[in-house]
Amino acid sequence: MQAKLQQILEESKAQLQAAASVQEAEDVRVKVLGKKGALTEILKSMGKLAPEERKELGQAANQVRAEIEELLAETFAKLKSAAQEAKFREEKIDVTEPGKTVKLGAKHPVTVTIEEMSKVFKSMGFTLTEGPEVETVFNNFDALNAGPNHPARDWTDTFYISDDVLLRTQTSPVQVRVLQSQEPPIRVFAPGRTFRCDTADATHSPMFHQVEGLVVDEGITMADLKGVLDSFAKQMFGSETKTKFRPHHFPFTEPSAEMDVSCFKCGGRGCRVCKGSGWIEILGCGMVHPNVLKVGGIDTEKYTGFAFGVGVERVAMLKYGIDDIRLMYENDMRFIEQFK
Amino acid sequence: MIVSLEWLKDYTEVNVSPEEFCERMIMSGSNLETMEMVGHEMSGVVVGKIEKIEKHPDADKLVVCQLNVGQEELVQIVTGASNVFEGAYVPVALHGSRIPGPLHGQPKVEGGVKITKGKLRGVVSNGMLCSFSELGFEDKVVPVTQRDGIWILEKEYPVGTDFAETMELKDAIIDFEITPNRPDCLSMVGMAREAAATFGTELHHPETKCEKEEGDVNDYISVEVKSDLCKRYTARVIKDVKVEQSPWWLQRRLIHAGMRPINNIVDITNFVMLEYGQPLHAFDINSVAGAKIIVDVAQEDEKFTTLDGTERTLDDQMLMIKDAEKSIGIAGVMGGLNSEIEETTKTVILESANFLGNSVRTTAKRLVLRTEASARYEKVIDPNLCKEASDRFCHLVELIGAGTVVGGCIDIYPNPEEAKTVRARVSRINNVLGIQLTREQMVAYLTSLEMKVEGEGDEMLVTAPTVRQDMEIEEDVIEEIARLYGYDNLPVTIPKGNNEASQTYERDIKDLARETMCAMGANEIQTYSFVSPKEIDKVRIAEDSWERAFVKILNPLGEDTSVMRTILTPQMLEVMGRNFSRNLESMRAFEIGNTFMDNVLNPKALPYESDNLCIGMYGKEEDFFTLKGVVVELLNKLGIRDIQFIAESEYGVYHPGRCARIVAIHMAELENGPAEEEVELGIMGEVHPEVADAYGIGTRCYTCELMFENVTELANTTKAYTQLPKYPAMVRDIALVADEEMTVGQIEAVITEAGTELLRSVKLFDIYRGKQVEEGKKSMAFSLTYRAADRTLTDEDVQAVHGVVLEALREKLGVTLREM
Repeated sequence: MQAKLQQILEESKAQLQAAASVQEAEDVRVKVLGKKGALTEILKSMGKLAPEERKELGQAANQVRAEIEELLAETFAKLKSAAQEAKFREEKIDVTEPGKTVKLGAKHPVTVTIEEMSKVFKSMGFTLTEGPEVETVFNNFDALNAGPNHPARDWTDTFYISDDVLLRTQTSPVQVRVLQSQEPPIRVFAPGRTFRCDTADATHSPMFHQVEGLVVDEGITMADLKGVLDSFAKQMFGSETKTKFRPHHFPFTEPSAEMDVSCFKCGGRGCRVCKGSGWIEILGCGMVHPNVLKVGGIDTEKYTGFAFGVGVERVAMLKYGIDDIRLMYENDMRFIEQFK
Repeated sequence: MIVSLEWLKDYTEVNVSPEEFCERMIMSGSNLETMEMVGHEMSGVVVGKIEKIEKHPDADKLVVCQLNVGQEELVQIVTGASNVFEGAYVPVALHGSRIPGPLHGQPKVEGGVKITKGKLRGVVSNGMLCSFSELGFEDKVVPVTQRDGIWILEKEYPVGTDFAETMELKDAIIDFEITPNRPDCLSMVGMAREAAATFGTELHHPETKCEKEEGDVNDYISVEVKSDLCKRYTARVIKDVKVEQSPWWLQRRLIHAGMRPINNIVDITNFVMLEYGQPLHAFDINSVAGAKIIVDVAQEDEKFTTLDGTERTLDDQMLMIKDAEKSIGIAGVMGGLNSEIEETTKTVILESANFLGNSVRTTAKRLVLRTEASARYEKVIDPNLCKEASDRFCHLVELIGAGTVVGGCIDIYPNPEEAKTVRARVSRINNVLGIQLTREQMVAYLTSLEMKVEGEGDEMLVTAPTVRQDMEIEEDVIEEIARLYGYDNLPVTIPKGNNEASQTYERDIKDLARETMCAMGANEIQTYSFVSPKEIDKVRIAEDSWERAFVKILNPLGEDTSVMRTILTPQMLEVMGRNFSRNLESMRAFEIGNTFMDNVLNPKALPYESDNLCIGMYGKEEDFFTLKGVVVELLNKLGIRDIQFIAESEYGVYHPGRCARIVAIHMAELENGPAEEEVELGIMGEVHPEVADAYGIGTRCYTCELMFENVTELANTTKAYTQLPKYPAMVRDIALVADEEMTVGQIEAVITEAGTELLRSVKLFDIYRGKQVEEGKKSMAFSLTYRAADRTLTDEDVQAVHGVVLEALREKLGVTLREM
């Protein structure tokens, strides 16, 4: 019996060593330790033996079993990890293959620019307001102190729907609507479409966008105008940006100014973008003309204010290096997707 | 306004470089267009005198000149010019010199052209005699007498001297952008006033006195003004006129200001116009019949030939200068060919008048004849300038010996313009600008602009010269102080007070829709608000549809942009067509934009504007249902969940079998309590093949147009938590056989109604047509999920409800379970 046990052990060792798969090892286990396994048979048959013999043989058989079980565990572990490794090898992928497309859409660059500006103005406490694209001549011109002979009223400059109705040439009529419907303190901005009789070319478009701003309160000064627009420029074009205010003329502001920013491409040294000057004209602004405040029934002795208007396409074109405004309205997907 | 810096120095000192001059002028309010340095581009060009001219031995068209250029020996130069003569003084580009060019018949070269000696048909030529254009002058400023051939100097100059120095060609030509409120700056004196105020220098007005006057103007002519379109008319007379070339200094001024010298009389009128901004006009007295000038409107349909030789048809709104018999000039626009100054002219009438800006503007526009004079009148000129400008003309005539000035001036000026006085407060000015200037500082700024300041304490009574017609209110004074103090010197502050930023709910919803569309892979497009009315035909919209209630533009750029859009779909199709033609295999895009409708009920009111949202897509992956999926997800995101798609076969844009109206069901608060209401949100479908074809989209494509106002009205972005299910659900899958016409929607409706609150969802998961299904029928597989909120359902529970569902399907729709 002892010899048989030894034989079982030796055979099991050899077979397990030779086992190439988990299944083969499992076969060995069944053959030895299964219900009808060789070792199990021996253990079962021990009842017939004399107590002395049984004890001795029992100990030997249990030792052999323990040894085989340990061997089995080792073999299983080894084979399983080998199998997994083989599977991993087989399942190896080329990670440089393209990803499966999850496509986000892109906003139009005009929207992107307006949103950027909106964020800046909201951070300074400005409320977003809107007005109609088809406006009254009164709101677009008369109320903005542009008299009956103002050249911009010409049919060659402005699209008319009737003698009293036009396509707004600027977002400034929103100022009029706000002044007529709100009491100071007023702090609003108004993005929107505007229209002028310009044939489309690389730098002109009969339709474009502006963002208008208006602040009216007690004690508003031209220094405040500079502060707000300087901060706007720094937030839009980078904290290093410098601003320059030049006197200008608009019918609805007095004093009026144009704001230049130091060129954000070259930092002011002079390049193609700023045409060598180091400065880029960005917006028109000024203190609200008393005639405009009066249209809104606002006490011009008590209140003062400032207003400004920024051309959206111009800023977008400068910021993104777009060299032809017509690209904006061609809507080639490959153009728009660049602004994702 | 083109300003020659050298000329400006006649009126005020300039001690800075041209660059610094421009920079400081910009900061005080004169915006710069361009600045160009002239006369610096030539070197080695000298004054020469032609001593001898001989024929070229081998060329008929060439001559050989011997020139005295101040060297011991004469210099031989061959030229083809025919206007040279012995004794002429000319510009000589010697061997090794450089001229701006361009050379005759060649393009202009950056940096100019180098001149070297050479042989012309075998004869040595040691340089070149130059014309105006070879020395860099634009054709439009070359004096009439010098347009062909070599530049012949008008008098003797020291030979051998540097040509640019001797002729004083070096100058800075500055073009300032003059804003419409400052017509006074369209003059050298006006710009000098700005410069003097900017740099704190003194302003010298031009000399206007004459040494000698003979006779009386009233013995020569009389003037009658019959129209109030003429605010002032002055006339003076010059006799013994010698019409000839102007002295070079006068020609040079005009050339540097961009004008062509013509003859001394015309040149002086132009010179004075540039100095004062006051147009002058000279008539030959011989062509003024009856020695009488009448200012009156033209006759309707009158024919008149202007100086430029063009015959024009007038109307009775146009103001004319006439004599006793005929018209001799269009007031403020252009003189007549019949009274032009000619070489034989002996006596000249000088008109210096003020015509209403609007009248001149209208006339010039109707005749399409915009001249230097009309452009100035349009911008409104101070009538007080007439006399001064006229006197300046006479002074210059006397100065250059062009004639003898006749004494006196006819001056018809019924309502003289008086200077306005504006009240301004020192405190207010400081408050608006955020600074602390003293009254003295303010007065100094205003005085530097030739303004008179009276009053005391806080009050300043400011009287500006009448040329400054823009000075009307306190704010105008504030601007003068601000710009001379320097905008850059104003402090930088942030306005006091706290405003909470916000935006409208409508805008929030629009932003959310935009974000959602982008998240679903659609690119945003923006298209023009105006379109061609033909687009509506192109998308097959029926004749009397509301989509044709266009808001029309009276003066469009073209038919393509002549009406405001009523829907967005046509432009979406256009964009899809463009991308398709550029070989983009697929696209998914959207636009949120305004649409416009004529306000039929109230034509006086503004048209009705509302936002629409349009979606467009084409490509292998896209079909009706990918679009529908996008629409549903968008509406869900906006809180609109109860949506119906109703088949529509009549809308021309779409395939009649693949189009749906999109309707939302919502609970409306009606008079007798809440009730379900249907709200139309829009329409979607596969684009009709003819429409797709019309837009050049060579594949199936899909669009949807939502009335965003309705979407916004129903949108609800409030969020609330519903408890997660505690008890398990039971799922029953059924396959139903139905007629081909039966819709999923019909079946879902019946199931939902019969399923009680235990039925949590119905989902279609398959439609099958084929072998096991009878011809003309289809099999539809649905998955029904049952769940109770308060207990685990038993088989019996579900079976009871499910049985009712199946019964309802059979009874109401005749739909039965498919035999498996």
